Amino acid sequence: MGAEFVQLSLTPLLIGVLAAIACALPGNFLILRRQALIGDAISHVVLPGIVVAFLVTGVTATWPMLLGAAGAAVVAVILIEAIKRLGRIEPGAAMGVAFTSLFAAGVLLLEQSDTSGVHLDVQHALYGNLESLIWFQAEGWHSLADPVALAALPPELVRMAVTAAAIALLTAFFWRPLKLSTFDEGFAGAVGIPTAAVSLGLVIAAAVAAVAAFDAVGSIIVIAMFICPPAAARLMTNRLEVQVLWSVAFAALSAILGYVLAGYGPLWLGADNAVSAAGMIATVSGLILALACLFAPHRARIGAPKGV
Amino acid sequence: MFALFLDALLLQAGYNAALVALGAALLGMAAGAGGTFLFLRKRALVSDAVAHATLPGVGIAFILMVALGGDGRNLPGLLLGSAVSAGLGLLAVQWIAGRTRLAEDVAIGAVLSVFFGFGIVLLTIIQTMTRGYQAGLESFLLGSTAGMLFQDAVVIAVGGALAAAFVVVFRRPMTLVAFDPEFSASSGIDVRRMDLAMMGLVMAVTVIGLKIVGLILIVAMLIIPPVTARFWTERSERVILIAGLVGGLSGYLGAALSASAPNLPTGPIIVLVGFAFFLVSLLLAPGRGVLAAVIRRRQFQLRVHRRQGLLALAHGEAIFDPLTLAVLRREGLIRQDGVATEKGRAHAAKTLRDERRWALARRLYQDEAVAGRYDGLTPIETVLTRDEIAELDRRLGPPAPAI
Amino acid sequence: MSNPALELASEAGEQLARPVPADSPLAIRGLTVSYGEKPAVFSVDATVPARSMTAIIGPNGAGKSTLLKAALGIVPRLSGRVLAFGVPLAQVMHRIAYVPQRASVDWDFPTRVIDVVLMGLYRELGLLGLVRRHHRERALACLERVGMAEFAGRQIGALSGGQQQRVFLARALAQDADLYLLDEPFAGVDAATERAIIDVLKALKAEKRAVVCVHHDLATVTDYFDHVLLINVRRIAEGPVASTFTAENLQKTYGGRLATAHIDQLKLPAA
Repeated sequence: MGAEFVQLSLTPLLIGVLAAIACALPGNFLILRRQALIGDAISHVVLPGIVVAFLVTGVTATWPMLLGAAGAAVVAVILIEAIKRLGRIEPGAAMGVAFTSLFAAGVLLLEQSDTSGVHLDVQHALYGNLESLIWFQAEGWHSLADPVALAALPPELVRMAVTAAAIALLTAFFWRPLKLSTFDEGFAGAVGIPTAAVSLGLVIAAAVAAVAAFDAVGSIIVIAMFICPPAAARLMTNRLEVQVLWSVAFAALSAILGYVLAGYGPLWLGADNAVSAAGMIATVSGLILALACLFAPHRARIGAPKGV
Repeated sequence: MFALFLDALLLQAGYNAALVALGAALLGMAAGAGGTFLFLRKRALVSDAVAHATLPGVGIAFILMVALGGDGRNLPGLLLGSAVSAGLGLLAVQWIAGRTRLAEDVAIGAVLSVFFGFGIVLLTIIQTMTRGYQAGLESFLLGSTAGMLFQDAVVIAVGGALAAAFVVVFRRPMTLVAFDPEFSASSGIDVRRMDLAMMGLVMAVTVIGLKIVGLILIVAMLIIPPVTARFWTERSERVILIAGLVGGLSGYLGAALSASAPNLPTGPIIVLVGFAFFLVSLLLAPGRGVLAAVIRRRQFQLRVHRRQGLLALAHGEAIFDPLTLAVLRREGLIRQDGVATEKGRAHAAKTLRDERRWALARRLYQDEAVAGRYDGLTPIETVLTRDEIAELDRRLGPPAPAI
Repeated sequence: MSNPALELASEAGEQLARPVPADSPLAIRGLTVSYGEKPAVFSVDATVPARSMTAIIGPNGAGKSTLLKAALGIVPRLSGRVLAFGVPLAQVMHRIAYVPQRASVDWDFPTRVIDVVLMGLYRELGLLGLVRRHHRERALACLERVGMAEFAGRQIGALSGGQQQRVFLARALAQDADLYLLDEPFAGVDAATERAIIDVLKALKAEKRAVVCVHHDLATVTDYFDHVLLINVRRIAEGPVASTFTAENLQKTYGGRLATAHIDQLKLPAA
């Protein structure tokens, strides 16, 4: 655990953990609102967003791409709502129409535009590049106190940290309206909570988390973290406050375990190449969910089943 | 490019292109019709989980075939592997949604992301595994018909034809089950088995479509056609028919378009052609389309305000609602200062008379067909015959003078 | 049958210019709501008297719940005015407590009984106000009033239907409002819960608050309520139970759906 760890593994690990937490927090509310697949939809439309941003600005700079992706997420949410309301189509199908079409448009634009030589491709969008986010300047733990080395931290880490902190703060600040309107929208409206704004705010927070995380870790982790840790957490407890804490713990555990297994697992098995960290993190989160489904204390429904 | 497109449309762009276009058309048909069953049962996104769950199967099949000394890229082998893991994914969705307190959408999201993530892990293993075999597995993500082998094209065309034939043979029981499971159970159809067959069809479509459209977009072929078809009809068997047609056309036109120029990937083009059909339907379909709905809604609102305004006039009540006032003014029923005109008084009296006819009618005809239509807007003429109304008027006596 | 034209004329006369009494806790004028192209509620007027218990009665699909939700602004209305305590309702939302239908929420939500009751204190607590001891004690007192104090720590999914309804009522009690709007509070609850709820509602009335219930059980109207609004998309009749809850008005409201034999069994007020 020396210089090599700090240089090669510390930052990807931190970015993975922060990304997982930033997605898991809004995920708790999304799954309780039966909107789990909004995360799926958002992460698919990030690709067309960054492609359009690239075509408009001509550069692969961070901010235009983040804005493009966030814009695409908002467009997708509006499109889904429009299809749902205007066409009176059930939410799942409306989502399916919207995000596949936007994703298809993104792929087409990508193929049509001259992006050769630019680090922008579908694979990257799908599973990110966590392993490459190393802290080149670091020489060991003491670099954490070295301003020169700190200034050379990968920008993704700073971005992800800011996003995760902002989402955690927003979740805490709006905890009551979020919980109340998720549980009982009619009552929430009657005590003066702007329920439509709360839903939109939640989706935007999810989009921001997805966009910030996606550049570093790709869209698979994003979907998996929106859903798996909160779902496993739901099975551990019957209190929302505790569920959110469990989900953060599961998210962090998935990220750490997944990263370590991806990097060192193959070596332990005698192979000489690491496997995709993003894929492994998603896999671990799935294993945690599977264990929760089998053994968690509150895994079974009590009382009447839903919709009765 | 247009000439090339025409060539492709007429299946003149070479053997492979022709087979792919035919396969895409047949596959689109089967997908549209099969997707309709999912759509009518409100489980459209289950197909998303099934599609993403194919990836680990592709990876494991490749690894196994190489380990057994064969060619890892053997298409039937890869498709078999993908079918097995898609089936496992489907089982996982059903198990999570059925056995735990988690809802189906959570199960779908979890399965699709985890299976897909594991698939990516396998792909990175394959990339570093054996030199010479690496090429091409990524093409299952987004589909690719460029440089496709002749026998692969045959597999797709035959698979598409089989799926389409399956739909044609089983359309009746499947429609029944999708539309009304309880009734079909009572008429002797094994609903469980039909559900299974439906899921089997969805899996088959997904697997066959992997090479053309890719696993991320295949779900669009299952969802967009039924949603599009829904705009044009209220009858479920027609939804299936139209969805099959939309799916087939999208597949065929998309494949032809993509063959006519470079850099037009088949999968996205097919999806976007389907989306174009959807968009036109959403906006312009009579009945359920947006344009028609906007017009109807506005007319309805004006009718409500007009009627409420006339009733207020008849009862001598003050009107506060600005839209009501605007409607009445525009029709010359009240003056600028809000006082009823001659015409307004006449209309108000007629409205009041209509109300009285209704009130009496509801006393005389106490069945739902009449009483149940008393919503304030339905003209009594649409519910009662002329002689029935004359009878009402006889009982009501001469019209009361307008107030 | 007597001269129907005359009857109708008197009915129309009664509808003439309904002024809004300033002390009415809830006055609705010309409220219209539609889902799609069929009105769910058409031009309904209602005037809830102060210190009363009002029942909103009508067949299924008559727009009873919709009327309540539209009055509160939870569903959009096509036209109409709603006044509470003489001013537009939106200005006095803090004096109103709403109890939605029990089935409108997912009871599998991860929270405890006491937390649901504390939701009633949202206006007081705001975004970040701490839940202090006296808040908790008030919530417990409200639970005590509905006989549920010992269930405070229970997960809400583990409650019976009647218990869930009591928790909703306790949450409304925590709001300490002057007007209580309840959507089908007696639907699908056991006899003990029904007694517990009606006792609380009658106590509210004794405290000079107004209670409005969407109600479906015709047999209990005369026992529970003193004012009644009969609607079937439109307002059919409104007034004191003694003069309004009549066989004739019921027949008008329910049409053929209510057999005469059924009406005969009801405890109608003596004419």
